[in-house]
Order: sequence, then structure tokens, then C-alpha cells
Amino acid sequence: MALYSDKVMDHFRNPRNVGVIENADGIGEVGNAKCGDIMKIYLKIDNEIITDVKFETFGCGSAIASSSMATELIKGKPVSEALQLSNKAVAEALDGLPAHKLHCSVLAEEAIKTAIEDYYKKNDKTESQA
Amino acid sequence: MNIYADNAATTKMCRAAIDAMLPYLDEIYGNPSSLHSAGQRANEALTDARRRIAGCLNCDAEEIIFTSGGSEADNQAIVSAARIGERQGKKHIITTAFEHHAVLHTLDRLEREGFEVTLLDVHENGLVTPQQVSDAIRPDTCLVTVMYANNEIGTIQPIKEIGAVCREKNVLFHTDAVQAVGHLNIDVIEQNIDMLSLSAHKFHGPKGIGALYVKKGIRVTNLVEGGMQERGRRAGTENIPAIMGMAAAMENACANIDRNAAVVIRLRDKLIEGLSKIPHSVLNGDASCRLPGNVSFCFEGIEGESLLLLLDDKGVYASSGSACTSGSLDPSHVLLAIGRPHEIAHGSLRLTICEETTEEEIDYMIRAVKDVVGYLRGISPVWRDLVSGKAEFVIE
Repeated sequence: MALYSDKVMDHFRNPRNVGVIENADGIGEVGNAKCGDIMKIYLKIDNEIITDVKFETFGCGSAIASSSMATELIKGKPVSEALQLSNKAVAEALDGLPAHKLHCSVLAEEAIKTAIEDYYKKNDKTESQA
Repeated sequence: MNIYADNAATTKMCRAAIDAMLPYLDEIYGNPSSLHSAGQRANEALTDARRRIAGCLNCDAEEIIFTSGGSEADNQAIVSAARIGERQGKKHIITTAFEHHAVLHTLDRLEREGFEVTLLDVHENGLVTPQQVSDAIRPDTCLVTVMYANNEIGTIQPIKEIGAVCREKNVLFHTDAVQAVGHLNIDVIEQNIDMLSLSAHKFHGPKGIGALYVKKGIRVTNLVEGGMQERGRRAGTENIPAIMGMAAAMENACANIDRNAAVVIRLRDKLIEGLSKIPHSVLNGDASCRLPGNVSFCFEGIEGESLLLLLDDKGVYASSGSACTSGSLDPSHVLLAIGRPHEIAHGSLRLTICEETTEEEIDYMIRAVKDVVGYLRGISPVWRDLVSGKAEFVIE
């Protein structure tokens, strides 16, 4: 189907980092089923470095591909860097998304931010201390 | 394996239709309005096609108006009835909540002009009753428009009975029969139909051509101004090749309705049985009052677009009513109308088969859908919450 770039289709067909992390250091869930997209991101963080990341997604092809790409972009990175990840960077890394699918990359960015916030909360930290 | 299971979207043209069209592309290419012999040969073909199409519906040739397809026919039927009503001070129209957008959007426009529209509930089984129609008719009702068979969930309405109610109360009755013509036996006289829309590409004819049947005596409003084609009811040089293709496809389909239906219904029911075995799945629409080729399901915990893309990878061409495939934020209005919650409607799948579908293809589709649904549920946080008991299943 020509709706999506080859990159999107690759990440949709062979999503990276699918799954769950037991006892994750941070979990972020965004979206709602009513709108047709839910993303859940699990983070394992060691010394402020994201050592592992997994995701589960209920949604369309671009939602699954955006989740997959976003996890790839933050894996092994410092938390502070992951916080800077923009939806634009996710969309660009996928060689673009159709205009009406850009919200999927926004969800990916939000899911990561929510998971990091959860990590901060659990560890009683604030973003400025990171 | 490539399996085309989207026959409600469009069909492959049949050989009879292609063969019927070819001579009108290069041999008999005259304009039917021309006085010379080349034009008159085209005109004779047009007359013949009109007569044959009328024969399939049991109406007169003069009662057929050729249009660009089902949407235009729906627009013209509704606007015509509205103009007739307006002149009599009647500005109320009755329809159902799950009509095609060609009907609903035309009615939206009329509402902005001051018409009042009543949307009948179609219930969970996707059916309206003649009693509902009867109860909704008011002294100022000028039109009842109810689709013959639904394009997404395939349910067939009690058209003859609804038509009888309208006759009794002296209200015009239009039916959008785009999904029904060529698949169900239709007789506009016996079924009390005043206006009927049809589209050729839904029964193995060409795209871009359709027709509107309008019972004699009903004044038709012209939507396309220009020449005197279609007796002044639709301007523009007739698309003769397409009309010839439509006539051939329609005769072919109508001559084989019972035989095709027997074959297709058996395959449909096998497909429904197979997909019903997927846990937490539900058939959309009544199981027996449905088009021979329509299978529509919702699967809990997954989203329809990803389902379609993965089925496409497996060679299965299907359709869904999820928001992501509709281009809007809401899932299909049809699924919402039968009471499916948003999150369930997002996980819908429509497989529409035809008489060329094989038993082997049915078996393959059952396996493919099971695999893909299972895989997508495996990566779905919604499904995880359902199976872990954190959320409750909507579909048993």
C-alpha cells in the first residue's frame, strides 16, 4: 500500500521493542480507545540512561510504527536526551507520515514524556534535578 | 495468494460487460443526439440498454434516468422529492441513521435549507421496521428514503412493507439499492418503490455509471443543466460504452441471482462460522436478513487499519469501518448506529465476497484473520488490560 513510506511499513511489519518490562522504572500510557490509539511505553533506567524500552500499542499502522521508531530513538540514551525527543523527529525518522497521521507521532512523544515523568515521580525527582 | 474480498467497494467487471462496451469505444462512437446514422446507431443502442435495464427492475424504459452512479442518483431522488414537498408545504423527510453519505449529506444540505429530517433507529440487528416508518410519518412528510441493503453490515430492509406503508400514507418512497441490485430480486411495482438508485460497478459493471428509477408521474428536478439528454432530466452526452456495459452486467447478474446467491451464501456462512470462533468477536448485523456476500465483524482489543494492512500483506483485500480508514476521527457511523461503542467499532472488518470466491479462499481468510487478530492483540495494551481483568470485555 502506498499510504505509508517503506520505513513506516518496515516498523509496522517488524516493530522493534514490542513487549512489556516487568518492574519497569517508568511507565507511560497515552491516548484512548475511543479515539482508536493507545500507546504504552515501559522504561528501564540505570544511572539516568535508558537501558531498555518496550512498548504496546493499540492503533493503526502509523501508531505502531511511531511507537517502534520512538523506542529505537531513545534506547541507550540519557533520560535528559529522551525528554527532548520531538514528534517531528519521530515522523522524520520514519521518512514522513501522512498529514492526518501526524498525531500518531505526537502520541509517541507524549508516551515517552509520560513514562519519564512516571520515573521521576517514582524516584522523587524533578526534571531540573535530572 | 491474492484474495479480493472487497466486492461491496467495487467489483471486477464481468466478461459480458467488457465485450458489450468494446464496440462502443471505436466502432459505434457517435453522439446519440446526432441526426446522422452514426449518431442514430448509438441512439438505438441507448434505447435498447434502457429497455433491458428497465426489464431487470420491472419498470418502463422511460422511468430510467442514467446518472454518473449511485451518489448522483441518490442526490437527484432526494432533491426531487424535496422540491415536490416544498411546493406542497411539506418539509419533513424520514430516513435511517445508517444510510450512505450520498443520502445523509444530501439531507444535511436540505436541513440547512429548513427541512426537518427524522433518523430512524436501526437497532442492534441493523433493521428498521415498517411500523417505525408508519409511526414517523407526519402530515408534512414528503419523503421516506431507506436503503435496500446496507453497504457495511449487509442488512436487508423490509422494502416492500415499508413501500406499502408509504403508499397508504401517500408519501414518496426512495430506496438506495446500490448494494442490492444484481444481488437480490427486485421488482419496483411489487415492492411499492417510487424511486430507486443503482450503480453498475457493484454488480460487475463499469465504474462511473448508474441509474435512477423514477415512477411515472413524479416530477424530477434536474441537477445538471445543459442539453435535453434524458428528456431534460440530466444533461450531458450519454456515456454509451458504460451504459452498454451496465446493461450487460445487470442482465447477467439478474439472470443468475438465485444461483449465485445459493453459492455465495454457503461460503459467507462458512466464513462467518469460522470468524465467530475467534474469541471476543461479534458479527455486525442480522445473520439471516443480510446480503449474500457480506461478512462484517468487530474484534475486541485491536484497531481496524492495522488489521487491514497485515491482511493486505497476506494477500487479503478487505475493508474496515475504523476511524483511521474513514479519514475522520470517528469510526463508521453505521457501526455506531447499531450501538457498537467507539472502541469496538475501531476493530471492525468487512469481507465482501462474490460468486468467484472459492472454498479455498474462505479457509485461507479464516486462518489469516485469526493469525492477524491474534498477533495484534498480542501487542495491544487494551487487550492486556482485558485479559488481566483490569478492564471488562464488551464482547462476550
